[in-house]
Amino acid sequence: MKNLCFFFIFGVSLFPLLCFSFNPESPLDRRVLVLLDDFSLKSSHSIFFNSLKSRGFNVEFKLADDPSLSLQRYGQYLYDALILFSPSTERFGGSLDLAAVIDFVDSGHDLIVAADASASDLIKNVATECGVDFDEDSSAMVIDHKSYAISGTEGDHTLIASDDFIQSDVVLGKTKIDAPVLFKGIAHSVNAANGLVLKVLSASSSAYSANLASKLLRPPLLSGSAISLVSVVQARNNARIMITGSLDLFSNRLFRTAVQKAGSPFKFEKSGNEQFVTEISKWVFHERGHLKAVDLRHHKVGETDEPAMYRIKDNLKFYVEIYEWSGKSWEPFVADDVQVQFYMMSPYVLKTLSTDGKGLYHASFMVPDIYGVFQFKVDYHRLGYTSLSLSKQIPVRPFRHNEYERFITTAFPYYGASFTTMAGFFFFSIVYLYNK
Amino acid sequence: MSNTAGSDLLKTFKLKTKQQELLIRVSILCLVYILAFITRLFSVLRYESMIHEFDPYFNYRTTLYLTQNGFYDFWNWFDSESWYPLGRIIGGTLYPGLMVTAALIYRLLHFLRFAVHIREVCVLTAPFFASNTTLVAYFFGKEIWDSGAGLVAAILIAVCPGYISRSVAGSYDNEGVAIFALLFTFYLFVKAVNTGSLAWGLASAFGYFYMVSAWGGYVFIINLIPLYVLVLLITGRYSMRLYVAYNCMYVLGMLLAMQIRFVGFQHVQSGEHMAAMGVFFLMQVFYFLDWVKHMLSDTKLFQAFLRITVTCAVAVGGVALGVGTVSGYISPWTGRFYSLLDPTYAKDHIPIIASVSEHQPTAWSSFMFDFHILLFLFPAGVYFCFKRLSDATMFIVMYGLTSLYFAGVMVRLILVATPAVCLISAIAVSATVKNLTVLLRSKNKVVQTGSTKGTSSAKASSKASLDQSQPFQKNGAMALLFGAFYLLSKYATHCTWVTSEAYSSPSIVLAARGAHGNRVIFDDYREAYFWLRQNTPPDAKVMSWWDYGYQITAMGNRTVIVDNNTWNNTHIATVGRAMSSYEDEAYEIMRSLDVDYVLVVFGGVTGYSSDDINKFLWMVRIGGGVFPVIKEPDYLVNGEYRVDKGAAPKMLNCLMYKLCYYRFGELVTEYGKPPGYDRARGVEIGNKDIKLEHLEEAFTTSNWIVRIYKVKPPNNRW
Repeated sequence: MKNLCFFFIFGVSLFPLLCFSFNPESPLDRRVLVLLDDFSLKSSHSIFFNSLKSRGFNVEFKLADDPSLSLQRYGQYLYDALILFSPSTERFGGSLDLAAVIDFVDSGHDLIVAADASASDLIKNVATECGVDFDEDSSAMVIDHKSYAISGTEGDHTLIASDDFIQSDVVLGKTKIDAPVLFKGIAHSVNAANGLVLKVLSASSSAYSANLASKLLRPPLLSGSAISLVSVVQARNNARIMITGSLDLFSNRLFRTAVQKAGSPFKFEKSGNEQFVTEISKWVFHERGHLKAVDLRHHKVGETDEPAMYRIKDNLKFYVEIYEWSGKSWEPFVADDVQVQFYMMSPYVLKTLSTDGKGLYHASFMVPDIYGVFQFKVDYHRLGYTSLSLSKQIPVRPFRHNEYERFITTAFPYYGASFTTMAGFFFFSIVYLYNK
Repeated sequence: MSNTAGSDLLKTFKLKTKQQELLIRVSILCLVYILAFITRLFSVLRYESMIHEFDPYFNYRTTLYLTQNGFYDFWNWFDSESWYPLGRIIGGTLYPGLMVTAALIYRLLHFLRFAVHIREVCVLTAPFFASNTTLVAYFFGKEIWDSGAGLVAAILIAVCPGYISRSVAGSYDNEGVAIFALLFTFYLFVKAVNTGSLAWGLASAFGYFYMVSAWGGYVFIINLIPLYVLVLLITGRYSMRLYVAYNCMYVLGMLLAMQIRFVGFQHVQSGEHMAAMGVFFLMQVFYFLDWVKHMLSDTKLFQAFLRITVTCAVAVGGVALGVGTVSGYISPWTGRFYSLLDPTYAKDHIPIIASVSEHQPTAWSSFMFDFHILLFLFPAGVYFCFKRLSDATMFIVMYGLTSLYFAGVMVRLILVATPAVCLISAIAVSATVKNLTVLLRSKNKVVQTGSTKGTSSAKASSKASLDQSQPFQKNGAMALLFGAFYLLSKYATHCTWVTSEAYSSPSIVLAARGAHGNRVIFDDYREAYFWLRQNTPPDAKVMSWWDYGYQITAMGNRTVIVDNNTWNNTHIATVGRAMSSYEDEAYEIMRSLDVDYVLVVFGGVTGYSSDDINKFLWMVRIGGGVFPVIKEPDYLVNGEYRVDKGAAPKMLNCLMYKLCYYRFGELVTEYGKPPGYDRARGVEIGNKDIKLEHLEEAFTTSNWIVRIYKVKPPNNRW
């Protein structure tokens, strides 16, 4: 019964991880559905797709208005990830619609959305649901007269060379992206109410979003660093979403273009797009930054079994194992900032866990002198990593009646007094009764 | 021959008058004993053998734990299922007398090979103790007046509605055994005062111990007895008997009472118990003075000594009390105690006490309902008591008067007054009937023997002269006697009617009359708790108003945030605040308390009036008492509480309103009324289009009385 209960609590606390589609045993057969406006994209973006295939993904292409389109069958999802490279689609074919895409994400699956200047309301709504708002002016593009890419053919400064990356090795990989990333597309902003969206690639402060064809009459709605070029969302169930306003970002053409940022003396043979897109797709498809915490357990010092209840002032040991998915196997995750809370409405104990370098984290501490229903809580939220929030409930009881000290030194006068009174009373009674 | 043999046989069986009287008395007592038990079984016959109301469910749960896990585990029980996340030390915060009693009865029955379930024992504990109370009432009546008064008292108390209301089968509450313990303690104490015997004093100390273990109302004993002693001292009735009885009872009773964990050192430290201690020291001063008086022959010297000693004693006592209070060693009176002395106190200062319906001041009609003819027999009885004043009658008069005052302050304390009212009324009945019958007999005697001026006493002669002045006296006495019996029979029918109609409802199963006069049963509470038990994870936390806490833990077996043991006002206020906030604010509070389900009680479909919407203003008041962001006027319109279109906007959008009326706008409850017509309040609701954002409906019982909502996890993408 105790075991069952334990499994149950554990199961509940790990629920977000368990229902996650990412299969830890055979991660290589991930199925990716790519929705296209036009099959020509298959060849124009083939480098990106081939890199996915070479990493073991099973990529399936379909037209966005394919009438047989369906993400699930008999309640089971057919795909683990969805790539929407169909910016101009007004309505998906088959049973797919906005709600189906959102449900797909809410059940723990990944999503890449790329729009461009022809972005339809449908695509914009998908983005809005994920906390990202595209510019409402449908013909506006990101223009930057300062950090544009110098090229012979284009002079309207809509091909942007940006190197304002997010500072995170987890999202973008350990190798630094030297060459700027070329971007040509529409702007979006991050909804301030949403705390889960991250700007991965931001525009420079001189960028703005405007319609090229018309004259700029009033200040643009989106300008400067409020413009995000590429954003990612990690949902609470650890589904990962990437949104960008440029479909060309993934194209073979921009992958291969040599780039020189305006005002910069360096000229790169090849833009940073390929590296950037590959690295970020690794993150989106959980090949990096995916943690799991397992085997949360605790026991009293000197014992091995997990008790159903602690007593105040018990000394206990706490363990949790944390692993990171390396793309091939679970590797121990090593960090020095994982903390455990002993929590009842507020943390009574907050302790940094020490690790043995093999994935096992442990701490030992004394239960505070407060009884109540406590929780062991591990809340680990780091940029790019899957958020770990585990909790395990454990009641703490006060002393039993026979767990107090039997004799207290400070009370010896009292003991003496009571025993002498008893003896005195006894003798007094004898004297009083028998001494006439 | 055979005839004479027969008459001989008859003669050997023929009892003497004394034996006859004993036989009649014993058989009456037996019948009363049985009557007291069976009149309380209406609830079992009407419904089923089940635990009633709110608190009894906690008592039942703890008794079950006691029988399953033994006394030591019970004593040390830390309950993590209530008051989440604070938990509650059950063993140290309850009066274990009731549970231990029931467990002992259960053990005894099992020892005798009666395989009863503990629930049956719990259901029948209160009627059993009510039967025992009738016996105590008999002996008490015998002690203060005579055996006739004792018999009448036993009969009156057996069926008195004031007592039945708390002791019907299934009403497994502390009061069920506590009234027995209370009356028994008083009886033993009066016996000790009358005899001056150390043994009776010891017995009363043990009676007091049982009372302390059973109910918080023991404070009444520990204040009434010192008051009584003080009155005896003032009226010059000090005696060695009183000294022995009080000292023995107080000292031993105190030591015993301190063994109950919930009382512990309160007995020597808290303000409510100081009167007893003060009187104890005063007794010693009196004894000392008595001794000095015995030693000193000079009266004048003694008077001077007396003045100095009394002044010193009072001064020392006052200083000790002052120092103790200031230093915090003596805790001040609790709010509950204040609210007993001052009926308006709770309303201004402690909304949580004022919110309970049984803590309201008593309406005149409920006195009539609960006491019937006893109400005017009581003053007559007091008159008789004063006419034949003794230590014992003084006690019963004081008990009657003080408890009647408290009964006026709080409805539930009618219960405490009931034994006193029954005893005093019994004296009135017994004395009147006796006088009348004596009158009838003596007149016959007068007629038979003629004038007996020489031999009779002065009293008899005055009576005889009265006889001659009033020729219709015999008829008058006859008429009065018949009147008395008529009233008593009316009392009996009234009591039976009240018991069957008003006091036998279990209150968790509701009954109503259908359209065709048939009985309709609403079993929604148990339906909901059973749903909780079967369909929610075992560690789910349920938030509801505190009234339903005990029932949810006992029947639903789920953790609750607050329950009927209202020990932590802040925690209750937090729940009150959540209920009276907008949904998103409430969601934050519920998340911080790890709430998984919210349970509300709603009577709009059935017309059940004691639902959460009618209790809601108390939630606002209690919540606002701790969190000033909740303001009562926000929920009222011109000081009026309403739920229809004219209701306050905050009222229409607070969590409680939304949860009660969710989807109610689509429902037609009564023919000829618009949809969303609330039958409990008789209005069409003001907000029919209720959308829930952070909660979703999980379960609604068949008559919509209980509605359970699930708290959703936070939004996945935001």
